[in-house]
Amino acid sequence: MFGSIAAIGAGLAVLGAGLGIGKIGGSAMDAIARQPEASGKIQTAMIIAAALIEGVALFGVVVGLLGLETGVK
Amino acid sequence: MDLILPDFGLLFWTGLVFIILMFILTKFIWKPILSSVNARSEKIAEALEMAEKTKAEMKSLQAANENLLKEARAERDAIVKDAKETATKMVEDAKTAAKVESEKVVAAARQTIASEKAAAIAELKTQVASFSIEIAEKIVRTELSSDAKQKALAEKMAGDINLN
Amino acid sequence: MRQILKAFNRNTRAMALKNRINYVFITLLAIFSFSTVMANTPEAGHEEGKKEEKFNVGEMIMHHIKDAHEWHLWGGHHNSTSIYLPVILIDGGLKTFSSSHFYHGTPASSIDHKTQKPVDYMVGVGPAADYAMFHEKIYKLEGGELQFEGGHPHNVKPLDFSITKNVLSLVFGATLILIVMSSVARFYKKNGAVAPRGLAKFIEPLILMVRDDVAKSNIDKHKYHKYVPYLLTIFFFIFFNNLLGLVPIIPGGANLTGNITVTFFLAVCTLLVTVFSGNKNYWGHIFATPGVPLALLPIMIPIEVVGILTKPFALMVRLFANITAGHIIVLALISIIFLNKSAAWGALSVPMALFISVLELLVAFLQAYLFAMLSALFIGAAVEEAHH
Repeated sequence: MFGSIAAIGAGLAVLGAGLGIGKIGGSAMDAIARQPEASGKIQTAMIIAAALIEGVALFGVVVGLLGLETGVK
Repeated sequence: MDLILPDFGLLFWTGLVFIILMFILTKFIWKPILSSVNARSEKIAEALEMAEKTKAEMKSLQAANENLLKEARAERDAIVKDAKETATKMVEDAKTAAKVESEKVVAAARQTIASEKAAAIAELKTQVASFSIEIAEKIVRTELSSDAKQKALAEKMAGDINLN
Repeated sequence: MRQILKAFNRNTRAMALKNRINYVFITLLAIFSFSTVMANTPEAGHEEGKKEEKFNVGEMIMHHIKDAHEWHLWGGHHNSTSIYLPVILIDGGLKTFSSSHFYHGTPASSIDHKTQKPVDYMVGVGPAADYAMFHEKIYKLEGGELQFEGGHPHNVKPLDFSITKNVLSLVFGATLILIVMSSVARFYKKNGAVAPRGLAKFIEPLILMVRDDVAKSNIDKHKYHKYVPYLLTIFFFIFFNNLLGLVPIIPGGANLTGNITVTFFLAVCTLLVTVFSGNKNYWGHIFATPGVPLALLPIMIPIEVVGILTKPFALMVRLFANITAGHIIVLALISIIFLNKSAAWGALSVPMALFISVLELLVAFLQAYLFAMLSALFIGAAVEEAHH
């Protein structure tokens, strides 16, 4: 039971992170289209921001893993 | 649960291996690689600078060359002009000299011709005179060869006088 | 014309090589999936009198992504071929023996005190007679058995310095890095400052990327030199081990960088480097954040102090979860075949697993880059001088 609830929680976390990373990617595309000469810097900043959000999503995944493991036992 | 809890044994081995790896890599590998990469980039930068310098030098050299060429061209033009002038002058001089000479020759020739002519005329005159005298003498002799004739002549002459 | 032909030849040769690599990759993937999955497929037919066990995907995946005292090569439960790794225990003196004493030990079962259900585990034989193994963990026997409480044994755990699958993979990865890097270093030593060739041509852009894009652009340009070796080591350590984790057969396939212990250690390294290189400005921002009213400081200081720890914590979890998730997805996709008990499902699951594996190649690089990048970012923040 805990496993399934944890899995739903992980899914929700991934949903939020997906929205966040999507927004970052979109904004970065806009920025690159506007200033192609700054694309290197924008990419770096984009990757860092995406990584930070992804970290949050991965907390969710870890909780999901916990659920999976307790489900096994 | 042990999936997300660190394990002491593995932590120990990871630490040991990582620290040894980092020590060896830093001391024997990153240093030579980074230093030779740096040396290379310095070398490239130097070469680029050198190329830039050489380019500038080349440019100035080219400018100097251009100047030199211009000067040479001007000099050549001057020389050619001079030569042309000299040649023209020489030709002119030669022409003048030739004219003078020819005129002289012509004059001398004329003179000679004139004097020859005069001489010829004089000789002709003399000849003609002598021929005339001879002829006259012959005529006179013939006219006066007999008494009759002498008399006729005298008469004729006397007639002429009468006529006058 | 001849040059064009030559280039064309070279191209086709490279393509042929690529194809061959692809074939090898697919083959390896297939072998890997079979070996790991077969290893965990309960062979119900062999055991008489036992009810047919279902293929448990969760158990198989957990078994793969966790550390083990054996390196499973192929085969099922009762006819498997494994390399048994040495167990090293410190329990009233150093005790070393082969882990086969557990895997070929006597199966035992105890009643869980809480759930009142029997739990199976293995009791060691020979030199391992005092110990039992449950879920790859070694416990000291108490009255000849393990005492379970809610699925977890309560017995004493001796200090376990065993050369496990992950330790072996770790040593192999480190050796590989040393071999590759020393060959690159030798190239530069021999040829001096020239354009790179061969292996150096592949490694140099990575080194320059870490030096310029990671270190130089995030750390003060007068101080970054000191941190380049650390960042390079951490980048290549993670990158090589990530790639090794994607190789399905021995000596790859261990979930090393997806092991929380390893990522914990790496994150602690970054934490220590950050803390010890923090200057006055850095600590000033933590303990007396400029522009914050004095009354707010009791709230701000704990937040800032927790902030020091959450950054490496996120590093740890990010690497762990990314790599582990990659392994789980590949294994889960391969499991489709075994859940449906039909090889025909391979037509679906193998291409999908292949796609994820290729994606994981990107992730392997990206996570190594990110770990180095974020480490550099934290170090850069710690050594930054005040702007005013």
